[in-house]
Amino acid sequence: MKLLFDRIDEPGLCTREVYERRGGYESLRRALALTPDEVLKQLEASGLRGRGGAGFQMGKKVSFLPQGSMDKYLVCNADESEPGTFKDRELMQKSPHMLIEGIVIASYAAGTNRAFIYIRGEYVLQADILDAALVEARAAGYVSEDILGSGHSLSLVVHRGAGAYICGEETGLLDSLEGKRGNPRLKPPFPANQGLYQGPTLINNVETLSTVPTIIRMGGAEYAKLGVETSTGTKLVSVSGHVQRPGNYEIELGIPSREIIYGLAGGPPEGREVKCWFPGGSSSPVLTGEDLDIPYDFDSLAKAGTMLGSGAIIVVDDSTPILDVALKVAKFYRHESCGKCTPCREGTNWTVKMLERIDAGEATPMDIEIMTSVQEHIIGNCLCVLGDAMAMPIGSMIAKFREEFEEHIETARSALSYV
Amino acid sequence: MVARMSDTSPRVRGWDAASDLEKDPAVVPNPATTSVPAELRARIEEAMTRYPDPRSAAIPALHAAQEVHGWCSPEAIEQVACVMALTPAYLDSVATFYDMLETTPVGRHSVYVCTNISCSLRGADALYEAIRAAAGEDPELNVRSFECLGACDIAPMASIDGVYVGPLTTDDVPQLLKDIRAGQDVLPEKQLARRPCADPKAIG
Repeated sequence: MKLLFDRIDEPGLCTREVYERRGGYESLRRALALTPDEVLKQLEASGLRGRGGAGFQMGKKVSFLPQGSMDKYLVCNADESEPGTFKDRELMQKSPHMLIEGIVIASYAAGTNRAFIYIRGEYVLQADILDAALVEARAAGYVSEDILGSGHSLSLVVHRGAGAYICGEETGLLDSLEGKRGNPRLKPPFPANQGLYQGPTLINNVETLSTVPTIIRMGGAEYAKLGVETSTGTKLVSVSGHVQRPGNYEIELGIPSREIIYGLAGGPPEGREVKCWFPGGSSSPVLTGEDLDIPYDFDSLAKAGTMLGSGAIIVVDDSTPILDVALKVAKFYRHESCGKCTPCREGTNWTVKMLERIDAGEATPMDIEIMTSVQEHIIGNCLCVLGDAMAMPIGSMIAKFREEFEEHIETARSALSYV
Repeated sequence: MVARMSDTSPRVRGWDAASDLEKDPAVVPNPATTSVPAELRARIEEAMTRYPDPRSAAIPALHAAQEVHGWCSPEAIEQVACVMALTPAYLDSVATFYDMLETTPVGRHSVYVCTNISCSLRGADALYEAIRAAAGEDPELNVRSFECLGACDIAPMASIDGVYVGPLTTDDVPQLLKDIRAGQDVLPEKQLARRPCADPKAIG
């Protein structure tokens, strides 16, 4: 079942002409014929969970926005920066009108008149394509005053970021969009009450919003029949690392993970085995080759102690030392920590130092205990989850590959000539 | 065989640079005495109209100034500050936060090589070293290791002046640099823009 990726490579799909020929903007017309409440009911009935990482029910999020005539905002999070994730890139590049249509429908349901797409600055091509599509959508009256005579008005701006992972975190994104350093804010107040420019703000991921036209077309209840009970619909999965066919695949939630890693992406190169894999970006606790039969959906992965996250599967085969994986991951979070909270700023830095000490042969087995305790002290103790995003995978690597870490300490130590 | 990943991770630049505590804090530049190129002024002012709060235009404005000056130089910052009526220090604080805003002079062509996990698993560290070696001291090139650029399907990859190319091998490096230096389309057949979706059933 292809919903988002249905004939995605059709030439010219990024233009309004081809998109409309395929039935594009029909969902918008249908939605505008309903009341905002009825649209919201459809979104709630679909069971659609956010595709950006947290997996929060989209309809519920929309319903959290207060009623009233104050300035409310909709922000599309297109700051796709979670290592291993590249699905939004493909959607925006190839089907930008689907996203715009989703944004207009969501803004109608949420009662917002101003919307922004915060796209990471590195996505130059995709931002240019979105800008061009937006010009077409404005000209056709889909993004304008009194859209198609419905009385609903919307302005939409594509805002380009400048390279900072933390701006994918919703409150960091809001600060960045206000022209500041992208430091996360203390929550509560949550963005639904006090977000952009202090106004109620709905923030959704590109894939989530791109799914909205499909939900209106199919009907929420019909959409909810796809996938499994608590993880409805289809999901784009970005598979990368040691697989033969890396890329984006659209799957129905709940299929065995093995089918994605081996069936679609071709598995590791000949003669290699899966050593570990990140099921939802580099922030998710790793699983091993023994966990390949876990169904790929939000709750099954949560039950296995990890998370679906952004749907980015990174496969590591048995030729790679676990220490290298841990170091790469830890260094990334060290670089991207905004520095606002001490546990994250110091914890990421010291974790890198301890891992380097292991590699240099200067560690003792006690360092593993200290490192584990550092991870435990980061989790839940910061304004945002960037620190947790390092602590969770590193903690899981230590737990699952402890012997290898210990071996690494010993081998590196005995390799030092002065010992 | 054990394939090790080397240390090519980017660090926050200038994080340990000392501040000059003797200097007086700069105030909002005087529009009467600050000269701003007309085109840059127009771009910044246009950006400021797009948002309910004009300050939101800080990043677009710094991007524009960087295009004109090559980096966010004190002069560039002063010009943006003048048009936006902000202090240079405020804009400095913004510019130093973001990886794509350069706060030291750099080459005209940006070469961002992704060295994050997915690319490194496929040889990005060696690729980065090879590009750096081939670039040498060329003052036109700004070769940097970069965090995940969101293109792990073409790993290992690089972004050349915003154009994504991959998968690259060290054998591609001479041609890549030749294309950059000649100012022509880089490795056209390896550009992400031309790549079909991996999902076999998605093809139209």
